[in-house]
Amino acid sequence: MRDVAVVSFAQMPSVRHEESRNEVEMLMPVVAEAIERSGIGRKEIGFTVSGSCDYLAGVPFAFVAGLDSVGAWPPIQESHVEMDGAWALYEAWVRLQYGDIDSALVYAFGKASMGDLPKVLTLQLDPYYVAPLWPDALSMAGLQARAFLDAGHTEAEMAEVAVRSRRSAKDNPNAQVRGDETVDDLLGRPYVAAPLRAHDCAPISDGACAIVLAAGNVARDVCDRPAWITGIDHRIEAHGLGVRDLTTSASTRTAGERAGVGSKPIDVAELYAPFTHQELILRDALGLGDGVSVNPSGGALAANPFMAAGLARIGEVAQRIHRGDASRGVAHATSGPALQQNLVCVLDAEGGK
Amino acid sequence: MSDAAVEEGPVRSIRTPQHFVYQYSPGQATSRFLRGLEQGRILGQRCPQCGKVYTPPRGACASDGVPTTDEVELPGTGTVTTFCVVNVPFYGQKIEIPYVSATVLLDGADIGLFHLIQEVAADKVHMGMRVEPVWVEPADRTPSLESIKYFRPTGEPDAPFDSYKEHV
Repeated sequence: MRDVAVVSFAQMPSVRHEESRNEVEMLMPVVAEAIERSGIGRKEIGFTVSGSCDYLAGVPFAFVAGLDSVGAWPPIQESHVEMDGAWALYEAWVRLQYGDIDSALVYAFGKASMGDLPKVLTLQLDPYYVAPLWPDALSMAGLQARAFLDAGHTEAEMAEVAVRSRRSAKDNPNAQVRGDETVDDLLGRPYVAAPLRAHDCAPISDGACAIVLAAGNVARDVCDRPAWITGIDHRIEAHGLGVRDLTTSASTRTAGERAGVGSKPIDVAELYAPFTHQELILRDALGLGDGVSVNPSGGALAANPFMAAGLARIGEVAQRIHRGDASRGVAHATSGPALQQNLVCVLDAEGGK
Repeated sequence: MSDAAVEEGPVRSIRTPQHFVYQYSPGQATSRFLRGLEQGRILGQRCPQCGKVYTPPRGACASDGVPTTDEVELPGTGTVTTFCVVNVPFYGQKIEIPYVSATVLLDGADIGLFHLIQEVAADKVHMGMRVEPVWVEPADRTPSLESIKYFRPTGEPDAPFDSYKEHV
């Protein structure tokens, strides 16, 4: 495999509702910052790929407008996935393995405030037997959380995840939800989709982020401490919730093993867990011990730009390696109801040597 | 399966109605354009790199990927680059057929604007025809392209083909 590294990352601070700017206006400064930080000229980038979802804007081919932010003339090599940007990064990583280009721009954006996100997510369910019942995203996660509790966990364990996330987010200028609440504070609040309370659920955010990947010597030339991708894998489980064990994440476990998470110690993990119980399921599936710093950014519970939150996890790990705060980390992204599909990416300062 | 269910035959379709409400956000640049229409002005934005003027502006130069920060007000006159004569009635049609929809390259702009051509017989509309906007009364203007009723011929000589050949 060819050595490929994250050499730069930029993100927009997440907000509940970006009222004045459209998606392109949100993206432009983020894409420009990622390219600027990469040290690679805009016109030298070999491949561009994005992740977004037309259902967020309610407009077919809404993603095409996003290209206005990259300067696609003369024509560039470009692609799009109707998925979180983490899967766009996967495509870029595969594209770089061909060996004919040395860099790629990956960006993702989501303006979920334009519609009703929990209801929009119903459209990804089985269209014959499940979607007509209109279970929204909170209800689907609630079913999973109930199964998780029935398997021997507690609501206090879930609240502990939210408490840590909100405290960590106090150091993250891009976060949307921060605070100093205690577990007791949170458990005193009402359910929104029992057994989920508001703190168990990620906020709805508008946001965008971008990453530049570079291969081999190009990465070494432009970045003092590249975050090498030493393993990346994604796996999917059955569409029907009834045929899955919702209390574990078999796809994350497999992806983690294939990406080599356990082959060396992990300093930091950024997990895309839009619900508190999912973070606990993911930690278990990836075999992360108590010594691992999980979601030091606050994670998706602190900022959840839908379609960009998974790519942001990769960026959050990468920038900690760039800064020297971490040596080896794991980033995770999810898609579909109740952790249906999962991507695991291992980043390592030592990987390219 | 009961005999009755078998006799009914296979289900060939189901209906699952969906209703979604979206709050459209045009963005900063297009909002300024729409507010301009309310005031009887056509605004565009110029790319600081290539100099092209976009109207309606979307805030970005699609060629260069940079913000179009310089605002310009356009005089409103322009040239018909392409057009079609609508002869087909359809549900919701507001105008008597035949009528003409056209792309108008506004003077000072580098991208065509789609609008109606009226006050001229449909078979007289042609490429290169010089046109100007006819606005609705100031009190009735809204932040919409409907604040321009239509474009009509100015009576000027046709624009030379070379002046708009990159826009057809």
